[in-house]
Amino acid sequence: MTDLWSGLAQAFWLVVTLDAELVEISARSLQVSLTALVIASLIAMPLAALLAVRRFRWRRGVIAILNALMGLPPVVVGLVVYVMLSRSGPLGVLGLLFTPAAMIIAQIIIVVPLIASIAHQSLRDLWQEYHDLLISMNVSQWQKMKTLLWDARRALLTASLAGFGRAIGEVGAIMIVGGNIDHATRVLTTAIALETGKGDFALALALGFVLIGLAIAVNLAIHWLSRTEREGRW
Amino acid sequence: MIKRLLAGVLVAGLATAAHAGDVMKMAVTTSFHNSGLAEVLLPEIKADLDLEVQLLVVGTGQALKLGRAGDVDAILVHSKAAEEAFVAEGFGTHRREIMYNDFVFIGPKDDPADLGAATTASDALQKIAGAKAVFVSRGDDSGTHKKELSLWRAAGIAEDGFGDWYKSVGAGMGAALNTASGIHGYILSDRASWLNFGNKGDLALLFAGDPVLFNQYAYLPVNPEKHGHVKAGLAEKLEGWLVSDRAKALINGYMIDGETLFVFNAE
Repeated sequence: MTDLWSGLAQAFWLVVTLDAELVEISARSLQVSLTALVIASLIAMPLAALLAVRRFRWRRGVIAILNALMGLPPVVVGLVVYVMLSRSGPLGVLGLLFTPAAMIIAQIIIVVPLIASIAHQSLRDLWQEYHDLLISMNVSQWQKMKTLLWDARRALLTASLAGFGRAIGEVGAIMIVGGNIDHATRVLTTAIALETGKGDFALALALGFVLIGLAIAVNLAIHWLSRTEREGRW
Repeated sequence: MIKRLLAGVLVAGLATAAHAGDVMKMAVTTSFHNSGLAEVLLPEIKADLDLEVQLLVVGTGQALKLGRAGDVDAILVHSKAAEEAFVAEGFGTHRREIMYNDFVFIGPKDDPADLGAATTASDALQKIAGAKAVFVSRGDDSGTHKKELSLWRAAGIAEDGFGDWYKSVGAGMGAALNTASGIHGYILSDRASWLNFGNKGDLALLFAGDPVLFNQYAYLPVNPEKHGHVKAGLAEKLEGWLVSDRAKALINGYMIDGETLFVFNAE
């Protein structure tokens, strides 16, 4: 219990004094997870729209697999990405292992199924409403997808934020592919694991509180920037 | 609005920090890193050689694996037999001894197995096994784990003689010490990790000093003939620094709570 309080106090001072190392690893956490989130959203959302409007043979199978992959264990993703990117692996020539790029790749793989599954749920409901109208207007498939994505943008924001939550708090995969190198690939979650290993629970907890604060701040910022929960809208 | 947000994030994501000077990767053991010596040596290396050494902190088993795959340029570990095999298989150019520290037995202060009265490391382990006192093992194929297993063998206790009291946790030194602290168990730790450990709780240092507990660290550059991309030149430069008088003074002078941790013995 004393660890909790001293952790809170330490978190407070780290933030107030803008501790250089804290700022560095927090910025890297954001850089990795937000980049992964943007790229994953660009993949997952068109995929979700396509699954909503297009009828093809393996559609149900693809959706079921996508839903199942929401629970993909990060440590397994990390290991697979590691083996692929290792110098003795198929993509070794790229020299990406133990760089932020490798961490971004791993996080993209982890969050794409999550974002696609949640986005697909809401797009499917919307598609039921729009189906007859869009069919009667005889628009192209691409226009159907665009309409759905635009009109469901609030729900898609939720999907993205869920993806962000999974990415920013993730440690298993980025620990393996990033290597937790000081000043190169250390982020908040891997630093927490490291400090726990050293038995410095107070500092680990302090970093944990900073991480939670950061996640809340990012969510608030995105809501504010995209003007949800305002009058005249929902 | 959303588009501008996305663009901003993408730019931030793609703009990776440019590094000045040379950069190389070295895999080191958790026990070396937990000692805190790295924080003393790395800034000096940076200042003297303009060389940024990026540390991958892993167990000895994984460090050797990283070297085999060519994912690091050099390794600094402490498990002689495994290191010699690494060089013999051609993955490392050679093995250079740098320094040593020692292992210590840690356990609950009330000492149910009476380790305080032990005369040798073998005697200490026999006391633990005899009392069936809880013992926490790293169990992660690290240098410390391999050392522990060799000590058990030397004490005449076979691995199948381990009962419920033997807990293999499969974790790094710090995490294993946390476990030992939580369940009041005995554990073999390197002295540096123990002194730097922040969650000592009821644990105390109970036995140390047997020469078999000495722990030799060696530096092994990865063989550029196996992996053409490794920075052999930088690895050589680093080796030159590690065996220099400058490194000797820093290593021998490194202390925690007034205790020296490492003894420089490079030739």
